[in-house]
This record gives sequence, structure tokens and C-alpha cells, in this order.
Amino acid sequence: MSKKKNLIEIKNVYKSYRRGNLLIPVLEDITFEIEEGEFLALMGPSGSGKSTLLNLIAGIDKPDKGTIIVDGIDITSLSESELAQWRGLNIGFIFQFYNLIPVLTAFENVELPLLLTNLTKKQRRQQVSLALKIVNLEDRKDHYPGQLSGGQQQRVAIARAFVTDPTILVADEPTGDLDRLSAEEILDLMTRLNLELGKTIIMVTHDPQAAKKARKILTLDKGILYADHQARI
Amino acid sequence: MLIIKLVFKNAFRSKLRSFLTILGLSLAIVAFGFLRTVVEAWYAGVEASSATRLVTRNAISLIFPLPISYKEKIRQVEGVDIVSFGHWFGGVYIDPKNFFANFAIEPESYLKLYPEYLIPEEQKKAFIKDRKGAIAGKKIVEKFGWNLGDNITLKGTIYPGNWEFVLRGLYIGKDKTIDESQFFFHWDYLNENLRKFSPSIADHAGFYIVGIKDAKYAAIVSERIDKQFKNSLAETLTETERAFQLSFIYMTEAILFVIQLVSLIVIIIILAVVANTMAMSVRERLPEFAVFKALGVGGWRVVFLIFGEALILTTIGCLIGTILTFPAAKAFADKMSNYFPVFIVKDETLIFDIIITLVIAVVSSILPTIRALKVTVAESLTRVR
Ligand SMILES: Nc1ncnc2c1ncn2[C@@H]1O[C@H](COP(=O)(O)OP(=O)(O)OP(=O)(O)O)[C@@H](O)[C@H]1O
Ligand SMILES: [Mg+2]
Repeated sequence: MSKKKNLIEIKNVYKSYRRGNLLIPVLEDITFEIEEGEFLALMGPSGSGKSTLLNLIAGIDKPDKGTIIVDGIDITSLSESELAQWRGLNIGFIFQFYNLIPVLTAFENVELPLLLTNLTKKQRRQQVSLALKIVNLEDRKDHYPGQLSGGQQQRVAIARAFVTDPTILVADEPTGDLDRLSAEEILDLMTRLNLELGKTIIMVTHDPQAAKKARKILTLDKGILYADHQARI
Repeated sequence: MLIIKLVFKNAFRSKLRSFLTILGLSLAIVAFGFLRTVVEAWYAGVEASSATRLVTRNAISLIFPLPISYKEKIRQVEGVDIVSFGHWFGGVYIDPKNFFANFAIEPESYLKLYPEYLIPEEQKKAFIKDRKGAIAGKKIVEKFGWNLGDNITLKGTIYPGNWEFVLRGLYIGKDKTIDESQFFFHWDYLNENLRKFSPSIADHAGFYIVGIKDAKYAAIVSERIDKQFKNSLAETLTETERAFQLSFIYMTEAILFVIQLVSLIVIIIILAVVANTMAMSVRERLPEFAVFKALGVGGWRVVFLIFGEALILTTIGCLIGTILTFPAAKAFADKMSNYFPVFIVKDETLIFDIIITLVIAVVSSILPTIRALKVTVAESLTRVR
């Protein structure tokens, strides 16, 4: 396999949180790259800073020091509103608790991020239908989140994440709230998105089984990143 | 559009809370409209007053009458057109509860000065001709089921005895501000009896109504009239009918002030209720706003979501409240027509309702909107709950 270009470059990133007048360092001098088309699993004990790192890469939080360059853009230098716009175009989010809007149907939930685009109503409908087809939930499009199982809700959330065709999908414990079987489904779906649609995926997980599905595993411990093993070919 | 749909769905997510908020708002709007209408009713006499009419009364107090000889003297004052007079009779019809204003007047000149009392010409003539004749406003005629030609007996409270009148006419007001619950009869009829039985108080008028040629000169003419009677036994105080009516209201100004204060408090309370509802809704949904933010759906869309939701609640509440204001006012008007002969919900009150609705929607959205805009995605979504 030929060497691919680096999509994400994280350079000397520091992040700490303040609790009272105590400064808690979370990430210390983190440097690594993520290739385009990568499926990366971030592991590590609770409190090690996995979510913090993921949030920095996704542009919903800012480092204290260091740069994060995504596809040639230094996102640490973007303003709050530029960052919001950048996220809308480049990042798809998958959360542990799905975070669907309960009063909107599956279809409408997936349509939500498309409100930011200039697509016509018809184009939007086509795109939403396609996304729901990919996650195999076409027949559930008029159901509300409350009428869907956890696994199904997470599939809707995944459809919402990639419907805008972002380059990167970030997932924070996407299977953390699911049973084995549903988790398996979700991971297979993510693998397909990675292989068939070429999405770069960064997934935080506690679950070694889940991590195995990734191409590469990095482990974070006490603020330091360890390159683990190549999980898959 | 999806975002509008979401606004509507959000507004009724917590059905009980939305219902209670709307209920509170409706009641507040009814209370507000109602209190304002009370205040308006209080001012009805002022509103109905004419700029070309002056009222001359005893300078000491309205309860002291003026000699009837003043009529001629006032008429001769420069700028004066017509002079009439009246006298508060204070008669009671069957029961003191049936209160209505009744005056002894000089019929012809009085009706000339009050063209806003509309009476058919032949009834007017019949009234003027009949010494015991009387006219009454439509409201009390209907209330007591009187017919033309009926004998009506009023029991005197100031002038003892039973006083018999024959109903000769019915007047209606030219517009809604006119009091249609008054009763007028011949001053001559009263005076003749007084001459017979208590001559010392005969030949007096309670007040003079002075029609002037030009409203511009109201102040000067008033001054001229009062100068006429300076240093006489009964000095006069002349003012425009409007000022005269206002002087009654000044006596009750404190009550009016309290009523207006209460209306204001009602609005502040309901503002607090709606603000609380909005704060609760937004607080519960902070993770959703975090999702919006993560997706890049931020800024004015969030403002629109929250303000829109507040506007939906307040608009429904206002609409129900406004609609209910009319039957509430009607019920009150029917029950209290003795005290508030003119009790109508005015357009201004409805405009106030709309303004209140908007103000409440805006004010109650401000803090929740700021909160929702400031939500940090990282904290709201990725920390384990
Ligand atoms: N907003 C914050 N304010 C203060 N401290 C924070 C904040 N976010 C995270 N932390 C702290 O930073 C450290 C790393 O948190 P983070 O959520 O990144 O860990 P994690 O590896 O994702 O853990 P978990 O596996 O439990 O999700 C923890 O000690 C946490 O308490
Ligand atoms: Mg975490």
C-alpha cells in the first residue's frame, strides 16, 4: 500500500483544565499525524484525555499551546465563527448517547446539518434518503428517536454525521451504550464508511473488541500517546 | 421549513408546562385588559365632554347651588352663546340599588347644548311640552322595561316625597362614549314644588352649562363669567366641561393609580412566569443546542429557535386572553352598569396586549438565548452524564 498524505497534523499540543485554582494538565506535548482515509481508535484509561484530544481535532475545543493542521488549515488559529463553519463542512459527529432531537423524525434529524448548505429541498431529500439507505433505515425514516432501538438511533446519528459528506468522522465511544450485537452493526457500518466512502474516522473507545475493527490503535495514558499496534491491514 | 417546524414542536414539548404558561398568560391579559377598561370607563365622562361647553358652579363646592338669576347675567357675558342649567336631584327608583343619575334641567336649552343625546323630534317636543315629562337613556329604559307614557315615580333623597314623572322620550348616545343611563326632567316642576313647601331653597340651580361660540376663548369667557360674580354672595367657578369632569377623577386618582400599578405588576409577574418557562426549556435542552453548535447550526438559528418558541407561547396566551377580555368586560358591564355606564374594551387596550406579548417574548428569551449560544460542545456532549 502506498504511503498516503497526512490529513491531520497535531504538533506539540498542550491542554489543561482549571479546577478551582488547581491547574490539571490533561494533554502534554502531543504530536502525531493521521493519514487520509485512516480509521483510528483512541484508547486509554478513563480520564486520560481521549475525549479532550478528540474535541481538539474536531474543532469544538482549543488547545492551550500547539497547532492542529487539518487539510492544510491551522484550525487553532480560526475564530469561533470560522471554526463553526469549518466544522459544518469537514467534521461529522457521532456521540455515545446519539443526541438525536427527540421531536424530529429520523429523516428530519438527518436533514438538520443540511440546513447549512445551499442545497434545494429536493437535493436535500435525495441526500437524506441516500444516507438513510446506507445505514439501512429507509423504512424507519418517519419514526421518532423514541420509537427506535439504541442501535437504530446510533445509525440515524451516523447518517446525520456523514450526510454533509465531511472528510472526517469523529466518534466518542459510539458503542459505549449498546449491546454487543448492535455495537457490531455500528462498527461494521463505520468500517464501510471508511472503506467505501473513504471517510477518515477517529474513534474513542474503551472496548478492545471495537478497537480491533480500526486500522490503527493509539493509546493515551497520563497525557502521553503510545503508538500501539497496527490492528488491521 | 424544518427549523420552523422545530420551533412549534419545541413549544409543546412539555405539554403541561406550556399549558400552564399559556393559561397564566391568558389570565394576565384578561386582568390587564379588564383593569385598563376600568380606568377607561372612569375617564368616559371626560372623553364625552365638549370643548365648547363650560360648567359654572359654586366656587365653594358643587354641593352649594347658585341663584337662578345668574342665568341672564351669564348669557350677557361676551362670547357666551347659550346658557342652560341643571340640578342634581338624587332620586331613587323603587330601590337605592337601581342607581342612575337624575337631573332637573331646563329642557329646551339643555338639549340644544347636548346634541349628542339623540331623541326623535316628536318625543323632544312632547317632553318640552309636558311639565311632568321626563326623558331617559336607552340603557335604563331597557333595564326597567319602561315605555313612553309610563308613569315613573322617583323617591327624593334630597327633596323628600314621591315625585311623579311621565316618560316622554328616550335618548341614545351619538357614540359609545355617551352615558345612556341618565334621567332628565323639568327643573320648573321641581322648583314649583320647592316654592310651595320649602321656599328658602327654591330658585336655585346646581350648575350652569354654558355654550360658547368658540372653543378658543374658553379660558377668557370662563374668567369673564367668574369676574361677574366676584364679591357676590355666591361666587362662581367656571371651567371647561372637560376640566369639570376631570375634577371628579382627581378625587379618585389614588385608586386609579393603584389599579394601574396592579396592571403593571400583573405584567411583571407574567413576564417572570414566561421567562422561567423559557429558562427551564433551554436548560433541559442544552445538549441539543450543543449538537446544533457541533453541527455548525448556531448563531441566529438558535436565536430564532428560542425567540420563536417564546413568541408562540405568548401569542397563543395573548390571543386567548384578548378573546376572553370581551365576555369578561361584558359580564362586568352588565352587572355594574349603574357605576360604569360606559364600559367598553378600547382598541388601545388591544394594541397594548400586542405590545406586551412582544415585549414578554423578547425579554424572556434574552437570557436563555445567551445561555444556549454559550454552551460548550465539549462539556455538554462528551462528559459522561
Ligand atoms: N471541562 C472540563 N473542566 C475541567 N476538567 C475537565 C473538563 N473536561 C475534562 N476534564 C478533565 O480532564 C481529564 C480528561 O478528561 P477526558 O474527558 O478527556 O477523559 P477521557 O479519557 O475521555 O475519559 P473517559 O474515558 O472517562 O471518557 C479528566 O481528568 C477530566 O476530569
Ligand atoms: Mg471520554
